[in-house]
Amino acid sequence: MSPVMLDLLVQSIWETLVMTGASGLISLAAGLPLGLALVATDRGGIAPNPWVNSVLGAVINAFRSVPFIILLVALIPVTRLIVGTSIGTWAAIVPLSIGATPYYARIAEVSLREVDRGLIEAARAMGGNRWTIIREVLVPEALPGIIAGFTVTLVTLIGASAMAGAIGAGGLGDLAIRYGYQRFETSIMIAVVIVLIVLVCGIQWVGDRLVKRLDHRI
Amino acid sequence: MNSHVSVPGQTGAIIAGTPLADAVVRLENVKRHFGETPALDGVSLTVRKGEILGIIGRSGAGKSTLIRCLNGLERPESGAIFVEGRQITGLSERELQPFRRRIGMIFQHFNLLSAKTVEENVALPLKIEGRPRAERLQRARELLDLVGLSDKAGAYPSSLSGGQKQRVGIARALAARPALLLSDEATSALDPETTRSILALLKDINRKLGLTILLITHEMEVVRSIGDRVAVIDAGKIVEEGPVWSVFADPQTDITKSLLAGIRPQLPAHIADALSAEPGGEAVLGVDLAGAAAQGTLLAELPRPFRLLHGGVDHVQDQAVARLYLAVPAVPAGAVQTFIQFLEARSARVEVLGYVTGHA
Repeated sequence: MSPVMLDLLVQSIWETLVMTGASGLISLAAGLPLGLALVATDRGGIAPNPWVNSVLGAVINAFRSVPFIILLVALIPVTRLIVGTSIGTWAAIVPLSIGATPYYARIAEVSLREVDRGLIEAARAMGGNRWTIIREVLVPEALPGIIAGFTVTLVTLIGASAMAGAIGAGGLGDLAIRYGYQRFETSIMIAVVIVLIVLVCGIQWVGDRLVKRLDHRI
Repeated sequence: MNSHVSVPGQTGAIIAGTPLADAVVRLENVKRHFGETPALDGVSLTVRKGEILGIIGRSGAGKSTLIRCLNGLERPESGAIFVEGRQITGLSERELQPFRRRIGMIFQHFNLLSAKTVEENVALPLKIEGRPRAERLQRARELLDLVGLSDKAGAYPSSLSGGQKQRVGIARALAARPALLLSDEATSALDPETTRSILALLKDINRKLGLTILLITHEMEVVRSIGDRVAVIDAGKIVEEGPVWSVFADPQTDITKSLLAGIRPQLPAHIADALSAEPGGEAVLGVDLAGAAAQGTLLAELPRPFRLLHGGVDHVQDQAVARLYLAVPAVPAGAVQTFIQFLEARSARVEVLGYVTGHA
């Protein structure tokens, strides 16, 4: 592989990391509260509100049902509004975050829902308010699942970021399509695939280690 | 409701929680339905300061609903609940929170937070109260010492045995110095030996700290070993209430008798099967004795020969409580009646269960 190609590869790795990292953090910050809201407003939750719950559920489902490649294009006006441009790595972060947030919200919801109701009752019996229940019970008890879900989301985002090449975001997927596929540079294709495998394995390994460390349930 | 006011040979003075003591919690005609079925159907009950009150009933009798009404986890449809003299019915969730801090609770499945250490679990009620960290930790250490788990402060609940988990649960429930401890089937998930040690701990805390305890259970043995008073709940109603020894000595309702069946001598099955309602042969008598009568020389004084079929003397709250099954020849006529009158004159409660012929 030529030094130019190597530079391109390094550049693409960086772009992928930026896109995945930034949109991952945004979807964690937005998706976790949404997941909490879904669990809290559900029937028998700590703040039951059927109306809010069904509207929230419907909006999340709507976003999740749009194919990402469509979302990428459909959100161009929004991206332009937020980032100032609709092209490039930073521009791709907007649709990636908006696509991953509802996905992560559902994953977080599942983990939060699995928290033993008895623990919530114990906190209520101690005189705890909703905020106490969220801070001391729901989030800490669901944390292993929340982290495991975040790992899954990051891996999914790496895949999705390949599509972001369509709006000139760069990244490993874009590199693989433009050089590896369209220009028959097999060595680039192989290099990209290897880097992606290493990246995904690395993220999964860190995630698993973290979960193991935090999980005191058994 | 049947009350156990007097069993001869007994003074009321030794019973903890006399009527004059302060009420920690009082329920007045509390009703709660789930759909069509009443969970609580007009329950009135007073928990007195310093006593251990057992509420016993079969599953589905309304015990859990009752205990949850006391700390406002469940809201009654009608009736009034007073905690330390102040009415809590009608309060908002936020207004209930300070009252809940006055009431500790332990659970059948312990409900310890898996992500927190033993020490953090015990300190949680104080964290909720907004106490400084140093105070929380000191109190947690103090309580772990009390329940005998000082060495487990930094451990996670998953590494503890069931009995240890419940000890942590007890320490946590005591952290905020509550006026009342609610125990929701706290020993039902434990083996008999661990159950005994947990009950001994509760009794010890009751004596040492003067803490009022309300425990709900479906096991009479729990009430027998540490209760001062017992209330029997069935189909959402309190059907019987009184000092534990007195309810044991003289159960009034069928539900109480059936709850007692496991720990009171029962007529052996082969004799029970041979019983007939037709007078003849021998009359089989069930005799209940309590207090001095159970410890006297009554059996030696009986006016006519009899066969002792089965029976035993138990000690409940340091009171002797005896249940005996006697077979008395039914001839000549009036012989059984004389026998019963003799026993009743000595404050025994006698019931004729039936008759057997031959040596059953």
